[in-house]
Amino acid sequence: MASIDVAGNLRAFGAFWYDFVIGDDWLVAAGVVIGLAGTYGLDRAGVAAWWLAPLLIAILLPISLSREASGPLLPRRIPAQRTPPAAPRTPPAR
Amino acid sequence: MGAASALFIAVFLACAVEAVEATTIVLAAGTARNWRSAGLGVGAALGVLAVIVAVLGPAVSQIPLRGLRVVVGALLLVFGLQWIRKAILRASGHKALHDEDKLYAKHLADASSQVARRSGIVTDWYGFTLSFKGVLLEGLEVVFIVLTFGTNDHNVGLAAIAAGCAVVIVAAVGFAVKAPLARVPENTMKFVVGVMLTSFGVFWGAEGAGANWPGSDAALLVIIPAIALYALGLTALLRRAGRSGAGGAGTADVPAAAGQGVR
Repeated sequence: MASIDVAGNLRAFGAFWYDFVIGDDWLVAAGVVIGLAGTYGLDRAGVAAWWLAPLLIAILLPISLSREASGPLLPRRIPAQRTPPAAPRTPPAR
Repeated sequence: MGAASALFIAVFLACAVEAVEATTIVLAAGTARNWRSAGLGVGAALGVLAVIVAVLGPAVSQIPLRGLRVVVGALLLVFGLQWIRKAILRASGHKALHDEDKLYAKHLADASSQVARRSGIVTDWYGFTLSFKGVLLEGLEVVFIVLTFGTNDHNVGLAAIAAGCAVVIVAAVGFAVKAPLARVPENTMKFVVGVMLTSFGVFWGAEGAGANWPGSDAALLVIIPAIALYALGLTALLRRAGRSGAGGAGTADVPAAAGQGVR
């Protein structure tokens, strides 16, 4: 009779929920939690806080995209190729 | 267009995307293995989902609205940003488009290579588990969307109707043509759903955390188009970055999908 791999099943269970809730980029999930906690903190301090969550999205989304695209979001300037100086002209042989 | 219409559209589109993926798996299980076992798998998964709804539904409605909105808002934000992110990466050519034909062929090949095994009333265990897992996993997301959207908007009934319509339409079309729904503009739908989930997430999350939106519910009419335009702008920017990378610096990986729109 096959033995039940409890640790393996627990790991798979945890991995399923991590993948379901956190997904591909943990930074997004962490940013969302920090942003909503910041909104709560601002509200408790008596400051209007509705703007913080949209600002958070505006920052998080491009960061997460550039991490996945493994490069900067803005197009890179391609340095112009420097052409070597022209060789001095030699007079045609007579 | 009121909140009810936005709720219906968001839930319908989200559930349609999940239904397309589940239909592909069930079609592969039925075609390559055994239609009866695949059908039993679908029935068993729907039974498990019904139990989850029966347990979670009343429990979710007992949570105080403010606490519920923080949790649900946070989850919707995480899910929505993931969906938008994937849709932008696919539209800009940094990720391969979700190809239902290709996935169907892979499921079909995998299913055809397995040996048939009988278990109780199930004549083919592999076909049963394949369709069971597919429907359960995609169905869990449908359940989550219906419960969270419906409870937050005090309209679980409308959310359930939207989900039911999406699942029935997609399943009916899938089984009528007996082929994966490859022509469905899945990435466009994912983009729209991502925008909706993120918009509702940011609205409910901030409100649950104590913020008061200028204009109250009418703020959604600004949030939704603003997020959509921002995401479209990022798509264009990333596409340009990919092109210039492919053409010169060689930093960005640009697969064949480059140049395609959000679809």
